[in-house]
Amino acid sequence: MSINRLLLVIATVASLAFAVTACGDDEEGGGATASGSTSEELSGSIRIDGSSTVFPFAQAAAELFNEEQPNVQIAVGQSGTGGGFEKFCAGETDISDASRPIEDDEVGVCEENSVDYEEIAVANDGISVVTSKELAVDCLTVDQLKQLWEPDSKIKNLSEIDPSLPDAELTLFGPGTDSGTFDFFTEAINGEEGATREDYEASEDDNQLVTGVSGSPGGLGYFGFSYYEQNADKLNLVGVGEDAASCQKPSSENIQDGSYVPLGRQIFMYPSAEALARPEVKAFMDFVIQNEPAIAEAAQIVPLTDEQISEAQQKVDSLGGGA
Amino acid sequence: MTGAQIAASVIPKRSGRDAAAEAGFRGTMYGAVGIAFLGLAVLIWDFTSDGASVVSWDFLTSFPSRIIPESSGVQSALVGTVYLMAICAVLVVPLGVATAVYLEEYADEGRWYNRLIEVNIQNLASVPSVVYGILGLAFIVRGPLGMGPVLLAGGITLALLVLPVVIIVAREAIRAVPPSIREGSLALGATQWQTIWKQVLPGSIAGISTGVILALSRAIGETAPLLVIGAAVSPRFNPEGLDSAFTALPIQIFAWTQDPNQEFVARAAGAICVLMVILLAMNSVAIWLRNRYEQKW
Amino acid sequence: MAEPRLAAASGAMGGRVDLTRTPSARSRFEGAIRAGLIGAACISVLTTLAIVGSLIVETVQFFGEVPIADFLFGTRWAPTFAESQQSFGVLPLVWGTVFVSLIALAVAVPLGLLSAIYLAEYAPQRVRKVVKPVLEVLAGVPTIVFGYFALTYFTPEVLRGVLGIEVGIFNALSAGLIMGLLVLPTIASVAEDAMSAVPASLREGAFGLGASKLQVSLRIVFPAALSGIVAALILGASRAVGETVLVLVAGGQIPSLSIDPTESHQTMAAFVAAISRGDISTGSIEYLTIFAVGFTLLVITLVLNIASIRLVRKYRQVYE
Repeated sequence: MSINRLLLVIATVASLAFAVTACGDDEEGGGATASGSTSEELSGSIRIDGSSTVFPFAQAAAELFNEEQPNVQIAVGQSGTGGGFEKFCAGETDISDASRPIEDDEVGVCEENSVDYEEIAVANDGISVVTSKELAVDCLTVDQLKQLWEPDSKIKNLSEIDPSLPDAELTLFGPGTDSGTFDFFTEAINGEEGATREDYEASEDDNQLVTGVSGSPGGLGYFGFSYYEQNADKLNLVGVGEDAASCQKPSSENIQDGSYVPLGRQIFMYPSAEALARPEVKAFMDFVIQNEPAIAEAAQIVPLTDEQISEAQQKVDSLGGGA
Repeated sequence: MTGAQIAASVIPKRSGRDAAAEAGFRGTMYGAVGIAFLGLAVLIWDFTSDGASVVSWDFLTSFPSRIIPESSGVQSALVGTVYLMAICAVLVVPLGVATAVYLEEYADEGRWYNRLIEVNIQNLASVPSVVYGILGLAFIVRGPLGMGPVLLAGGITLALLVLPVVIIVAREAIRAVPPSIREGSLALGATQWQTIWKQVLPGSIAGISTGVILALSRAIGETAPLLVIGAAVSPRFNPEGLDSAFTALPIQIFAWTQDPNQEFVARAAGAICVLMVILLAMNSVAIWLRNRYEQKW
Repeated sequence: MAEPRLAAASGAMGGRVDLTRTPSARSRFEGAIRAGLIGAACISVLTTLAIVGSLIVETVQFFGEVPIADFLFGTRWAPTFAESQQSFGVLPLVWGTVFVSLIALAVAVPLGLLSAIYLAEYAPQRVRKVVKPVLEVLAGVPTIVFGYFALTYFTPEVLRGVLGIEVGIFNALSAGLIMGLLVLPTIASVAEDAMSAVPASLREGAFGLGASKLQVSLRIVFPAALSGIVAALILGASRAVGETVLVLVAGGQIPSLSIDPTESHQTMAAFVAAISRGDISTGSIEYLTIFAVGFTLLVITLVLNIASIRLVRKYRQVYE
């Protein structure tokens, strides 16, 4: 009945717990190595944050990079394009993911804090309008989308826009206001960045949007093409065009050659010059560009053309080369 | 049987109406109990059936993966949870026990400031956990301490969350030690602190340990405060130090639950199983401690 | 230097005992210990001050930019949209909280109290010994587990499947009902403790006078334990109001004033967690909404807590 024995038991349990975690630490995710292995062992950490559209790409890149360089810790956040730039221009992150180009006021903040950067296109993307499998819509023109999504829109049913569209009560889903996808979509469709109706399920987490749209009989939403690709079996893809005749559904081809308008775009990574001076960050960016097609495939995102790849490499070299 | 029960059995049965009311009530009551337990049983069955097949040694030692969902594991979350629990314990045990000792042994109940402390602790114990997250965000992650969303910030936030509970539990354990023990010690010439250190604390340590373990098990099940202070989602590394980004099992479960990919949802169930096993283990230890070392004065 | 032990020992053997206290290294040590303990106790006070302080300072800043009347009485909550569309009326969030909590209590109160009566009055001893610890463990199940259950099983399989109700994938009904399940063990446990604390003599007196078991349970024990039962209910309500993750996962993110439980509703706590996920810069109006909403939530739970203490004191029956 002694207290000492009790303390001994507690101590044993505690040390067992730590032992398990310590042993677990030795295991790293092994696997096949990607091409272009570097000879030296790099270490350090890289902080990436920003767009949730770029997130799967950045995560896939981190995983594949770690197969070659397991000692580089890469933390990828998805606070949204806007949130990412805020942290980036405050010097809190090394690379900012963005699904839209950096804006003037953000440029100003970066300049104020002497954050020098380069805009590197890492993949092509198209914003996909999707509905649930039960809501079969083939095409929505830009005008119809605008009627649906503009501020103060009260449309609850597609047949209100056009009687030939299915008669079903809608549940709307879309990215939150910190998202580059949100900025891009509202600008392209509603004509003004940030202008939108408010009664939709907003989430920074695109996965939640997919769950929402696919799970609601009248679900309709928009997000990056890769999220559609990963969940194509659960969703119905809607074609978009200026008018019914030019309606086209996004695909790898028309996104890559730029003919998916107006919702086609590039997505970016913005490394800072200061970060690129560190060998692990430079190695990571080089890796990303050199292995872009493989990473894009792993993340199910539309890859760059060869031309776009060499352009990206040039940009990284120019930024990294400078002192 | 007591006299009253014998008397009750001798008295003639109630009239039909009363019997019907009695039967009706019993039926409702059994129904209610049945529904309650059925609901909880289905809950447990749901995540166990979804997740039991997922848990394996690989699951425990792999990191979450974007590209190969089937290979996703909870290593970073598990390690994060253990570290958070350790930091929380280190902070909360001395602070909580010291406060309890002060309130029970030293504080004069009549003084206003002591009553203020007592009322505060009661209120603190009922504050929603998300508000502690706001506190952590405003004071620890940003603001005066400004250490960013790191492991230490998470540990401190959780410690503040469960501190009131530990204080309350420790007080009860200390109160359970009879005054005669204290008086005997003092009569033999020990000082107040000697009495506490050598008699009261050892006598209440079982109760205190039980309470601390239960408080810690509550801490590691919390999601909201960690969400608000900015725990990382699906990191592929373990926290390297107190100033590292971190995650925890509840956060990992949260992220995977919302993923439309069913593979990830299954992994969420697996992570729930892991978390529940840990909690069950902790609760069992606490109950065992209470039963084994409970002092019968 | 006084040696208290020697003095006492000599007293026991018939010698003179010096009972005056003179300062010594030991008593200075004791003083230091006491100061340290006071310091520890003060940290608990500091925590309250910090909570209230952090909330108040930023809330005041918030009301510098948004008029209080707009906040308290406005019916549109849209803090993150473009300036022209921003609106800071908190009523939808308050309503969401109340609505989901009411659904939860509608489930948890009857089921919880009936379960408590069963455990306290009707259940055989061996059933009690098994069920009570099970209840305690269930009360400790992390809320994310309930959220998982609501989203991945209850909404698709039970609400839509078995019951055939047309609900959105995120809806208040699912969140509310499962929150009832979450709160139920708490209410049952605390109420059962209160009822068990009623002395047997009260029951046996009633039995001796010819009362039936039903009458004893409802007319004698229940009122005698009323203060504890009320405390249990308020504890449950407080837990429901403050619950975050369950609603975040299963209830949706659209603040709404509608009374339709099949739609998405957002509660105050869920809003705070949701907005913290998308990063917001310190000092921006979005950041300040966290504090304004958090403060409102804190006030509500404190009011509930104080009401519970008052009611408990009012109805407490003192046994010998």
